[in-house]
Amino acid sequence: MQVAVEGPWSPLLGRLTLDAIPYTNPILIFTFVIAATAGLVAVGSVLYFRKVGYIWREWLCSVDHKRIGVMYMILGLVMLFRGFIDGVMMRTQQAIAIGPNSPGYLGAAHGYLPPYHFDQIYSAHGTLMLIFAATPLLTGLGNIIVPLQIGARDMAFPYLNAVSLWLTVSGALLCMISLFVGEFSNATWVGLMPFSELPSNPGVGVDYWMWALQVSSIGTTFNAINIIATIVKMRAPGMGWFRVPVFTWVMMATSIIGLTAFPVLTAALCMLGLDRYVGTHFFTAGMGGNYMLYINLFWTWGHPEVYFLVLPAFGLISEIVATFSSKSLFGYPTMIAASMGIAGVGWVVWAHHFFTMGMGPDLIGFFSAATMIVGIPTGVKAFNWLFTMFRGRIVFTTPMLWAITAILLLLLGGITGMMLSASVVDYTVHDSVFVVAHFHCMVLVIGAGIFAAVTYWWPKLFGFKLNETLGQWFFWTFVAGSLLVFIPMFQAGLDGETRRLDYLFDTSLRPLMLLEVAGIGVYFISVFFFLAMVVVSLVKREPAGQDAWGTGRSLEWLTHTPVPFYNFAVTPQVHALDEMSWRKANGLEKTQPSTYVPIHMPSSTSLPFIIGMLSFVCTFSLVWRIWWLAGASLLAAILLVIIRSFDKNEGYVLSAENIAEMERKLHTVSLVAEQSKVLPVGGHAEAH
Amino acid sequence: MASFTKASADTVLWNAGADAHDNISARTYGFWLYLLSDALIIAAIFATYAVLNNPMNAAGGPLGSQFLSASKGLLQTFIVLGSVLCYSLATVALKRGSKVGVSLGMIGAILLAVVFLGIGLGDLAALSAAGNGFARSGYLSCFFTLIVTHALHMGFGILWMLVMLVQVGVFGFTENVVARLLNLRMFWQFQASVWVVVYIYVYLFGGAH
Repeated sequence: MQVAVEGPWSPLLGRLTLDAIPYTNPILIFTFVIAATAGLVAVGSVLYFRKVGYIWREWLCSVDHKRIGVMYMILGLVMLFRGFIDGVMMRTQQAIAIGPNSPGYLGAAHGYLPPYHFDQIYSAHGTLMLIFAATPLLTGLGNIIVPLQIGARDMAFPYLNAVSLWLTVSGALLCMISLFVGEFSNATWVGLMPFSELPSNPGVGVDYWMWALQVSSIGTTFNAINIIATIVKMRAPGMGWFRVPVFTWVMMATSIIGLTAFPVLTAALCMLGLDRYVGTHFFTAGMGGNYMLYINLFWTWGHPEVYFLVLPAFGLISEIVATFSSKSLFGYPTMIAASMGIAGVGWVVWAHHFFTMGMGPDLIGFFSAATMIVGIPTGVKAFNWLFTMFRGRIVFTTPMLWAITAILLLLLGGITGMMLSASVVDYTVHDSVFVVAHFHCMVLVIGAGIFAAVTYWWPKLFGFKLNETLGQWFFWTFVAGSLLVFIPMFQAGLDGETRRLDYLFDTSLRPLMLLEVAGIGVYFISVFFFLAMVVVSLVKREPAGQDAWGTGRSLEWLTHTPVPFYNFAVTPQVHALDEMSWRKANGLEKTQPSTYVPIHMPSSTSLPFIIGMLSFVCTFSLVWRIWWLAGASLLAAILLVIIRSFDKNEGYVLSAENIAEMERKLHTVSLVAEQSKVLPVGGHAEAH
Repeated sequence: MASFTKASADTVLWNAGADAHDNISARTYGFWLYLLSDALIIAAIFATYAVLNNPMNAAGGPLGSQFLSASKGLLQTFIVLGSVLCYSLATVALKRGSKVGVSLGMIGAILLAVVFLGIGLGDLAALSAAGNGFARSGYLSCFFTLIVTHALHMGFGILWMLVMLVQVGVFGFTENVVARLLNLRMFWQFQASVWVVVYIYVYLFGGAH
């Protein structure tokens, strides 16, 4: 069954030998020292403060949607940083290697990275940023916000929610361990065919990439199921479909994409896996394989995936723009229609990723036109935001600055996207850094939306605001860095700089490259301000009230700050689209429930964490072809699920007296917070 | 803010009775969503089959039209449908609350499924023995994958039924057990539908080449 692989193989350790540890590479040793130090500091501080039990019980075993969401976000931020460092290495390499004959350092032909290493870096950069940074960050926000916005206690399936998280974490662990054991894929984040096949890529890099993507996308599919079921089944009474907050609506649209698109990736990666492990011929260069088939399958997932990422950002922008304009969102029904429209059209544009691969004018015409159609719903959204702000009482808080910037970046990325949708233009700039600059503007929309949302919802979750001054410093440095990196990149792309090349072949482009490197320097400063913002806010802890920004509109601002683990003591009855605004207009926002009824809560469980770790062991041993360990861990996971199905623990019940007691305490806390509330920049007022 | 209706004295702000969600309904809905995503995995494999069902992709090996028997496939189809019928009878027994009826129905479904798997996997083994295994060509890779993917679903369903046989005996018809039995019913009908499509698309259309 097993295909022959290069190099030694033993039944006990598979392909794993000491040579797999890259102890000769100074860059990786340096990375290892940094990562090991960070890991030791993290573990050491947990041990020093005797928090092992707390972390285990309250976080790793938690099924609370807010805790799971926060863990998703921590994972996303760590991966965002690693992906950023990958980007830094790529650009500094190109800035040093001006021309193929420029001097080389650290054993490289030119620059300081050998081509093989450089290839792994850009493959890792794409995989990490999309799958392990943007996706967990947005999934985390969805996890935190959606149940709160619809007045639910938790997700529909809290246990499955934890399983999704730990599957995603196991994929991320796989990416991280590939740094120090073996190598990562050098075949780009999309997996070029037939280059990713065993004959041309006999190492373990492609296996790492494939399994990391596979295991995390299974987690994402589960999460999509969970979000849809939550929105459909768990809305508070009175919340008809046209009273569902817009962020919850876009999470619905995005989860429909997640539910339908990710299985295609699962299938495509399974086929690649069969090719690499048992010698089938799906995408091979001979024996009846068809490698264009892979590219089509991949982008059938890949393009909806892009909208899977950007739609939540649109929802975040919608919430924030409405809140800080003190107006209800302009064109709410069209916003929903546009989200669903984008989700739908996203399914018929995939081939625009390979216009140049010879599909013929009729197909090009179709995909070109379909791509241009995406501009219509997106334009609707942009105008809706502008009309929301029009004659609103705009307060320029940090979240609002991020949201407005996201709209500007959307304009920049959207217009260049429309340029690329015209196949004649695409033929000229295909695989140039113009395309790279275009989609980075789009992912920066996502990034800006995420930073806006983190600043905006932070007080709701933790009870104190992020420092406004440092937040704005972070904002300005980040935006300045982004523009410095990506505006010159458009020019360099038009001038013919190709992507994925480890040196700058046209030496006259050096000034543009230096500008980009300067932008990366500014990015570094912004990372400093981000960390400073978090640390200063953690130390100062200026308490925030129930409605932290004073102009909150949806249900999450109705409950206590920070949100108690049961979310709402009594499920609210919904009367309007912007329920919180409605209650404020009627002077009811402080009215507390008079009686309490017992609440049924799910119990914490260690099983999702164990399943996640088993799936990590399983995929890691599949990468190294350690068959016995892969089989054993898979079997153990299946057995655990079966054993769990015999568990009669059906959660626990909070008694009414218990809730009344906790509510009284929370109420006192929030009264104190209200009195010492610091006004946001420019004060706040409700325009009705 | 025209949509603002004023609150009156009898406006209900908190709805204490809203917590009682219908658990079984949420679980069957969630499972139905899972089946939707599973159907897309199958659809992707069918799309692949459509692309690779081509003399060029047979790489000198056989295409389905040369080795598939529509009549044998029909027999398999009847066995799968018989298995679904058995499970449906188990669901009827569930309505009556009869543990014996549910167990007998599931045992019947398992037995027929095992017969089906025996025929199907036997065919694949014979094909491999004749030198036309999954590694022979792109077409055969996809053919094997399609059949084995369906077989894996069946195997998973059999495992699930075995677990449920124990749970029906041990727990009786608790909310958890009933939700699982209903989801399993959907799953069993889903795998049968997949097989019917395989039969039509691969055995009948493929045979017409």
